Amino acid sequence: MERIIQDNVEKSEFLVNRRVFSDKEILARERAEIFNKCWLFIGHETEIPEPGDYKRKKVGGRNLLFVHSHDGEIRALFNTCPHRGALVCREDSGNSRVFRCFYHAWSFKNDGELVGMPGKDGFPEGFNDEGTKNMKAVNRLENYRGFMFVNFDENAVSLEEYLGNAKEYIDLVVDQSEYGMEALGGVQQYSVRANWKLLAENSVDLYHGMPTHKTYFDIKQAQDPNLKRVKLEGKGINLGNGHSVIEYVAPWGRPVAQWTPIWDEEFKNDMEKMKERLAERFGEERANRIANYNRNIVIFPNLVINDIMAVTARTFYPSSPGYMEVQGYSLAPKGESDKHRLARNNNFLEFLGPGGFATPDDNEALELCQEAYTNNTEVQWNDISKGMVRGEGNALATDELQMRSFWRHYNSIIQASLDKEVAHQ
Amino acid sequence: MTVKTLERQDIVDFLYTEAKILDEWRLLDWAALFTDDGTYVVPPIGEPEAIPTKSLYYIHDNRSRLQERAERLLKKEAHVEYPHSTTTRNYHNILVSDIESDVITVECNFTTHRTKREVVDTFIGKIKYEIVRENDRLAIQRKKVVLNLDSLRPHGKISLIL
Repeated sequence: MERIIQDNVEKSEFLVNRRVFSDKEILARERAEIFNKCWLFIGHETEIPEPGDYKRKKVGGRNLLFVHSHDGEIRALFNTCPHRGALVCREDSGNSRVFRCFYHAWSFKNDGELVGMPGKDGFPEGFNDEGTKNMKAVNRLENYRGFMFVNFDENAVSLEEYLGNAKEYIDLVVDQSEYGMEALGGVQQYSVRANWKLLAENSVDLYHGMPTHKTYFDIKQAQDPNLKRVKLEGKGINLGNGHSVIEYVAPWGRPVAQWTPIWDEEFKNDMEKMKERLAERFGEERANRIANYNRNIVIFPNLVINDIMAVTARTFYPSSPGYMEVQGYSLAPKGESDKHRLARNNNFLEFLGPGGFATPDDNEALELCQEAYTNNTEVQWNDISKGMVRGEGNALATDELQMRSFWRHYNSIIQASLDKEVAHQ
Repeated sequence: MTVKTLERQDIVDFLYTEAKILDEWRLLDWAALFTDDGTYVVPPIGEPEAIPTKSLYYIHDNRSRLQERAERLLKKEAHVEYPHSTTTRNYHNILVSDIESDVITVECNFTTHRTKREVVDTFIGKIKYEIVRENDRLAIQRKKVVLNLDSLRPHGKISLIL
């Protein structure tokens, strides 16, 4: 069998075998070696601020209950009854001290402990002494600056170690607010009829910006008479562990804090003040980076944090090789004024999300890739070479180092899994 | 000129005309159905009354944004709708309130089928219109589309105008 990656530095050529997008066996290995072992984003801590708050979450193919228990701890419970397995909590979100499975009416505290069942006399005393009849929690749930992740591998390294160099970029996103970030309501639940890795690639791909999103930049140019040429310039950086980032300047307005002519003079003053405050907190250079630079971050395998014309986090999971479920979040500074919040949300919706002027065109591009992978038997390789010729330390944001970083890490996991299997045969 | 008394059928015909204009991809004509302060919004699923500063809408267009939406979708570079999808819009259970008042409120259920590349996606829900009389014509001041879906799966997008 062909290797899944050809990484030829001498020839400045990087190829990915297209069967990784369509092969069911590859997906089975991804589930076993990636989604069962990597840190996966479950949600933001501000989604469940009060004791009793809960939200159902699908993470890594599991049905989880993301809950703020009354002992103050945030937990991820497997939303399945220890008795016969039925989904215990059926509401998508809410606040409750107790979850009750309707099937046989077993009840659980919001930390998962079994507190009631009908017909107790049919069970021995000490039936739950070992806690095996409690709702099971994911053992590894860790928080980095409000972003919460689970890991189904109990022996995984810590979240902080896993994030490594990506922490610096998450910090740049979070530091734009003095009071922390919060997740807005209305998490966008959508799908793409394409392989999940195509969305990881697309989210850090600035090369496609102009051709795919010309209609968006047409609108930007109409709004800003001084915008003669759309400039998308910056660098691409490998962050290790499969994570990567592009950091760049772009012509759109940033709510914190790059003014654009669609906003009024009052906004201009507000944003100058925001930037002054950032400079007081972090110095000029970092303030400039936070306010005027854009960041698209991929946290391997399936979290994207884009700090662009608004801040979005998206996570995605494959239910089949050619179909992924996506959850799209909007994050904003706590305490933001209504006027700025509305401007932020309108900025978000102009580009992002299923009703935006750009995201649907991205989805279309991904779906056309997937559709044409029916030709994989004869046409086998995707090209991800752009910028190799410059040397990986000099990659531009419009190059493809970010994707190569993802694929090199992916290869170290999946090719190893394929090789191991061959060795056993 | 004399002002004709509005009847329910005038409102129903107006809605059917809007649906026909959209199905025929006459999107600039669609935008022209709105008043100068007209809005077109799609709230998040399950939160029809969401506060736009607390929850993210799918679509929250003021008059200029809905014009941009119409113009964009007619461009060849609006890739998701090129070639144009084929759509069939049906409005049902139309309830007209306050036909005598300045702002006429209309609610209806809708079913919009979109087909492209041999895949049919069906959007269902409720539309709430606020319609006004303006220069001897009817015009839309507000159009709010509430999706009665659990999620945008498998649709994946609201690329067409609902």
